[in-house]
Amino acid sequence: MPLIKNGAFVEDPYAIVTDDAPMPANGAIVSLARFRRDRESLLARNTPLGVKLASSEPPDALGEDVQRLSVVALEFPKFRDGRGFSWARMLRTRLGYEGEIRAVGDYLYDQIAFMHRVGIDAFQVRENFTLAEFRRALDEITDVYQASADGRKTIWQLRAQALPKPGA
Amino acid sequence: MAQMLTANRLRDGAVVYWRAGAWLTGLADAELLPEPAGADAALAAADESVRDRVVVNPYLFDVREDAGTVRPVKEREVIRAAGPTVRLDLGKQANHVQV
Amino acid sequence: MYRYDEFDARFVAERVEQFRYQVERRLSGELTEDEFKPLRLMNGLYLQLHAYMLRIAVPYGTLSARQLRTLAHIARRYDKGYGHFTTRQNIQFNWPKLVDVPDILAELATVEMHALQTSGNCIRNVTADHFAGAAEDEIEDPRIIAEIVRQWSTLHPEFSYLPRKFKIAVSGTEADRAALRFHDVAIQIVRNGDGEVGYRVYAGGGMGRTPYISHVVGDFVARSDILAFLEAVMRVYNQSGRRDNIYKARIKILVSALGPEEMRRQVAHEFDEIRSTGTLQLPQEEIDRIAAYFEPPDFEQQYDVCDIFETARADDPELRAWSEINLARHRASGYAIATISLKPIGGVPGDCSHEQLDGLAALMDDFQLAEIRVSHEQNLVLPHVRKRDLPAIFTRLRALGLATPNAGLITDIIACPGLDYCDLANARAIPIAQRISERFATIARQRDIGELKIKISGCINACGHHHAGHIGILGVDKKGVEYYQLILGGSGAEDASIGEILGPAFGEHEIVDAVEGVVELYLERRQPGERFLDAYRRLGPEPFKERVYAAH
Repeated sequence: MPLIKNGAFVEDPYAIVTDDAPMPANGAIVSLARFRRDRESLLARNTPLGVKLASSEPPDALGEDVQRLSVVALEFPKFRDGRGFSWARMLRTRLGYEGEIRAVGDYLYDQIAFMHRVGIDAFQVRENFTLAEFRRALDEITDVYQASADGRKTIWQLRAQALPKPGA
Repeated sequence: MAQMLTANRLRDGAVVYWRAGAWLTGLADAELLPEPAGADAALAAADESVRDRVVVNPYLFDVREDAGTVRPVKEREVIRAAGPTVRLDLGKQANHVQV
Repeated sequence: MYRYDEFDARFVAERVEQFRYQVERRLSGELTEDEFKPLRLMNGLYLQLHAYMLRIAVPYGTLSARQLRTLAHIARRYDKGYGHFTTRQNIQFNWPKLVDVPDILAELATVEMHALQTSGNCIRNVTADHFAGAAEDEIEDPRIIAEIVRQWSTLHPEFSYLPRKFKIAVSGTEADRAALRFHDVAIQIVRNGDGEVGYRVYAGGGMGRTPYISHVVGDFVARSDILAFLEAVMRVYNQSGRRDNIYKARIKILVSALGPEEMRRQVAHEFDEIRSTGTLQLPQEEIDRIAAYFEPPDFEQQYDVCDIFETARADDPELRAWSEINLARHRASGYAIATISLKPIGGVPGDCSHEQLDGLAALMDDFQLAEIRVSHEQNLVLPHVRKRDLPAIFTRLRALGLATPNAGLITDIIACPGLDYCDLANARAIPIAQRISERFATIARQRDIGELKIKISGCINACGHHHAGHIGILGVDKKGVEYYQLILGGSGAEDASIGEILGPAFGEHEIVDAVEGVVELYLERRQPGERFLDAYRRLGPEPFKERVYAAH
């Protein structure tokens, strides 16, 4: 499936590997269960490694190992299941994770802006999805009210900037 | 138990009833589906109306024949066919749509 | 009241275009109904029994005359000439067309209104005491924090796909006129031992299939910390609330499953982390900026006893009755809080015609009343009325059919739309309200009975708040026939309690007699000055059961 990362279509350097399939030569994303089962051998590989978390699996279950992953994929099993938004935020803010956070699964165009704000920077999209649609999703609402993992200036901060300072 | 097929029109939400591939506003004009096979076939055919964005959420409901008129078994469908019981000036009952 | 700045205005305008695009994609087939449904719900658009229903947000129940006029216009142009005020202080239109909704939202945006998040699994309209700014014992106007929470919760990227809906209420007084204890989260403004103002935060209340009264999860949260605290609660809920069963998905189930202590601990853990990042510290400038919008109007110096008013009501028994029942004490001398009942005898509770909306707007302009409030009991409130204007205002209200003297009395009934309108309902609620209202129509009898809150729901979703009714009625479907369960002893005030089912359900032709039986027993057995609710709590259900089922 096509992958958008940092606002552009990119070749996906990872294969998502099922629990009993052989590991590919290059980048691989495995389930949390497989990661736990084969941890030593997986971490010993010198190719990029990622873990795909189900919506019921919080990222802090990875412990310190999360910093050794170059990608964490968050599964959205059904677009109504909004746990992935909290998991992305947890990765960026609490765990200080700086690698790729990828959204996979069943989610809507209308959720992309929210995903972007909580720290998701890679999107597995349907076949004929365009970059124009992606940009549009991000640009539909210009300003935001609340702080999130993206550290973006909020409307409150913009207001404070616009006010004359005391004594001015 | 005989059935009828109903849905809501996508664009305006109006309650509509199936008759031989068309959607009509009055329950009295709706097609009676006396056999389960026919009812299921109508429901399946209604999928095309959903795909064509004419209606949403088609479903079958039970009706009984009562001295020549057809009446839904459930109160909900009786109200849905006519309009709110507390505002007889609103809904199909007010537009002289045969319910 | 709050006024949009350029940021708020642009936000709402962009949101309208976003929804317009969503509707286009639905009509073109790019979105299926299954995909479109959560999106339209997040804009308050339901598909009901007869038509679409649009629920428009009225933040903390506050409206201006200009907004009333626009609502009247929308009722005329896009609907069937009336709106319905709800138990969450919102207004609903029952007959809009999907294709018109983007234009309706565009018109609403011109008067700083919207339908954002009035449905869907997100944070809903933040409700507040309808006497805000006028009540004598108010510590702080609850709408300041309600507005702050409204902004913070609007299109929140992390909390827009919660396990289920999320309702927040705020109160600034000991007296609870916002049903705090039945909300997912509630904020009560309190003072600590040093006289500082802060927030007591409750979580885990709810109505629905299984009612719960909320628990305190934060005893005293400082003003600068309140958003961090709320974010903590939301995060615990978003992460751990159940998603396998919609009847077990509210935060009330989570709090009950974890227990209040564990819930507190988890919230405190998240709260400490958020606070340490400092990102949600509420900037003082923003608090001050918003608080300024809720400064009370300049109250004229007036004697509390107003000759014009006293003379008028001595001469006019209708004015006298209305003023004795529908007025509440105001913090400012010479002023009153006036409840406009939307429960005319035999009428549909909470409905308001476009003529009435326009008439109220004109009245507000003529008497320089900047605000009108929607209460969660489906009435309207004029919060700051000069007593000397009361006779003239009463005359205008009476001409509009808005002067029913029954605020808080037995005919001031809350009823959900029920099976007459609602896709989820099992039974009709409105006709029961109408028949009870007619049975008890006599004012003298109503006054004798005193405070008695009847709340009627047409299904277990409890939009009529029947669990919190002094007398609650729940409509059920028994083999295709409408039946009504009688529930006694609930309260949505600071003495919160969940009502108890009295016994077997009643048919639609028996329920009004049953209610009358309950009332008659109360009148026979009450102690001097004792409300129905207090008599029920003292006597217990047995005497009521005996009376009601003996005749059954």
